[in-house]
Amino acid sequence: MEIDPLIFRLSIFILSIFVGYYVVWSVTPSLHTPLMSVTNAISSVIIVGAIIAGLSGDSKSVFNTSSIFGFLAIALAAINIFGGFLVTQRMLAMYKKKKKEKQ
Amino acid sequence: MISQNLSAIFYLVSGVLFILALRGLSSPETSRQGNLFGILGMIIAITVTFFSIGNFSSGFVFVLIFILIGGSIGAFIAYKIPMTAMPELVAGFHSLVGLAAVFVAIAAFLNPTAFNLGLPGNIKLGSLIEMSIGAAVGAITFSGSVIAFLKLQGIMSGSPITFKGQHPLNAVILVSIVVIIYLLCSTQSSNLFWILLAISFLIGFLLIIPIGGADMPVVISMLNSYSGWAAAGIGFTLENTALIITGALVGSSGAILSYIMCKGMNRSFFNVILGGFGATDDVSNKQTKEQRPVKSGNADDAAFLMKNASSVIIVPGYGMAVAQAQHALREMVDTLKKNDIKVSYAIHPVAGRMPGHMNVLLAEANVPYDEVFELEEINNDFANADVAFVIGANDVTNPVAKTDPQSPIYGMPVLDVEKCKSVLFVKRSLSPGYAGIDNDLFYKENTLMLFADAKKMTEDITKNL
Repeated sequence: MEIDPLIFRLSIFILSIFVGYYVVWSVTPSLHTPLMSVTNAISSVIIVGAIIAGLSGDSKSVFNTSSIFGFLAIALAAINIFGGFLVTQRMLAMYKKKKKEKQ
Repeated sequence: MISQNLSAIFYLVSGVLFILALRGLSSPETSRQGNLFGILGMIIAITVTFFSIGNFSSGFVFVLIFILIGGSIGAFIAYKIPMTAMPELVAGFHSLVGLAAVFVAIAAFLNPTAFNLGLPGNIKLGSLIEMSIGAAVGAITFSGSVIAFLKLQGIMSGSPITFKGQHPLNAVILVSIVVIIYLLCSTQSSNLFWILLAISFLIGFLLIIPIGGADMPVVISMLNSYSGWAAAGIGFTLENTALIITGALVGSSGAILSYIMCKGMNRSFFNVILGGFGATDDVSNKQTKEQRPVKSGNADDAAFLMKNASSVIIVPGYGMAVAQAQHALREMVDTLKKNDIKVSYAIHPVAGRMPGHMNVLLAEANVPYDEVFELEEINNDFANADVAFVIGANDVTNPVAKTDPQSPIYGMPVLDVEKCKSVLFVKRSLSPGYAGIDNDLFYKENTLMLFADAKKMTEDITKNL
C-alpha cells in the first residue's frame, strides 16, 4: 500500500515546527521586532494561493467570484510582502556596531 | 509550464530560504543578509507559481497590477511609519495575512477545480477540512488583529472590556466552530462555510476585547503565531511545501515570543488570554496608598551625580518613547562618554509594547547595539554601577516583585536598580504604572526623583554636564 501524500506534508510540517523552534530561540532578543515583521512578510507567501485563484478565470472572462477573491488576496498579501521586507530592512539598517567618528 | 515535481522542488528551496532568513536574525551582522534570503525565497515562490500555471493571458496582467497596487501601498507604509508605531503596524499586517488566508480559502471553496481539489459541492474531504481550518484561523487572526490595532492606536480604549458570561460564551462559540466544520465536511453546504467564517470573525473579536493594553505584547505575539497556523492550513489545502514550512516557522516563532513575553511579566499564558488584568487593581491601590517622603531633585543635581560617577546604567521604558526622548538621551550619553564615564543600557523583556521594541527605538536614535544589554546580561552589574538612570520605566524596576508575595507583579523578573549607589528616576509624578501598584523604589534612601518631562529633563541634564 502506498503512503498517502498527506503524511509527507504532515512530516514536513512537524519537522518545520522543530526547525522553527530552534531557529527562533537562537534569535537575539534585540532583534525580536524585526523577527515579527519578517515573519509577517514570509507568511504572505500565501500569495501563491491567491495567484492560482486569480488566474482561474477562463480566457473569455478574467473575473469570476473566485478570481475576484484571488485578486483581493493578491493585493493584501503584496502589501504585507513589500511592507514587511522593507520595514525589516529599514530597521536592520539602524543596528550598527560602535559609533563612527562624528563628522 | 513546468512540471509539478520541479515546482515542488522550487517551493522547497524557497521554504529553506525562509528558514535562513530567520536564522540570519541570530546576530545583527548576519540579519541584513537573512532578509535578502527571505526576499529571494519570495521571488522564487511567486515566479514558480506563474510558470506552473503557465497562463500568461490577460489574467496575468491583472495579477501584476494587483501586486503593484499592494506593493506600492506596502512600500509607502514601510518608509513612512515611525518606529514608535511598529506594534500597530505589525498588528495591521497580521490582520492582512489573516484576511488573505480567508480570501484564498473562499476562492478555493468556490472554484476547487482551479486548485485541483475536486468539484464544487464535492471537494475532497481532506482538502475541505484543511480549508475550513485555514479559513477559521485566518478569520480569527483578522478580527483579533483589528482589535489589537485599534487598542494600540488608541482608537479603542486599552482597558479590558469584560462582561458577565464572557468565558462561557467564548467556549460555546469555539465548540460550535468545531461542530460546524464537522457538518460542513459531511454536507459540503456553502451556507455552513459562510456561517463558519462569520462566527470565526466574531470569536476573534471576542477573544481580544477583554485583554488590557499592558498585555498587548503577548497579544501581538499570539496573533503572529495564529497568522502562521492559518498560512499552514492553506498550505495543506494547496499542497504547497513553501507555505507549509513558512506556516510552521511563523507559528512556532509567535508561540515562542508569546512565551517570552509571558515570562517577562510572570503571567501564565491562560491568565493573559482570559483577560481583565489591570481593571480591578485600582481599588486595592487606593486603600494602601500612604504618604511617604521622597527625595526630589533637579537637572543640576542629576548632572552632578553623573559627572562624578564612573559607570552609569540607563533603564529606558516605553514612557521614554512616548516623550520622544531617545535622541536627547543619546546626546546625554555622548556627553557622559566624552567624560570617560562608562554607559550601558538595560532592557527589560517587556520594556516596549512589543518584543524587542525598545531595542529598535534605541537603534533608531543611533545607540550602538553593543551598549544595549538584556536583563539577564546586565542585572548583576547594577551592584557595581554608580548611577542608574531610569527614564520612562516603572513596574520593571519595582523591588516589590522580589519581596512582597501579595503584590500582583510578585515573581516578575525585575531590574535590580535599587542595588546601584544612587538611582535617578525621571517621571512626571508619583503615579503608579501599568500594573497599578506603587513603586517602592521611589522612597528608597538612594533614589532621587526628577519630576519632569523625560525629554526636557534629559536635555537640561546635558546642558548642566
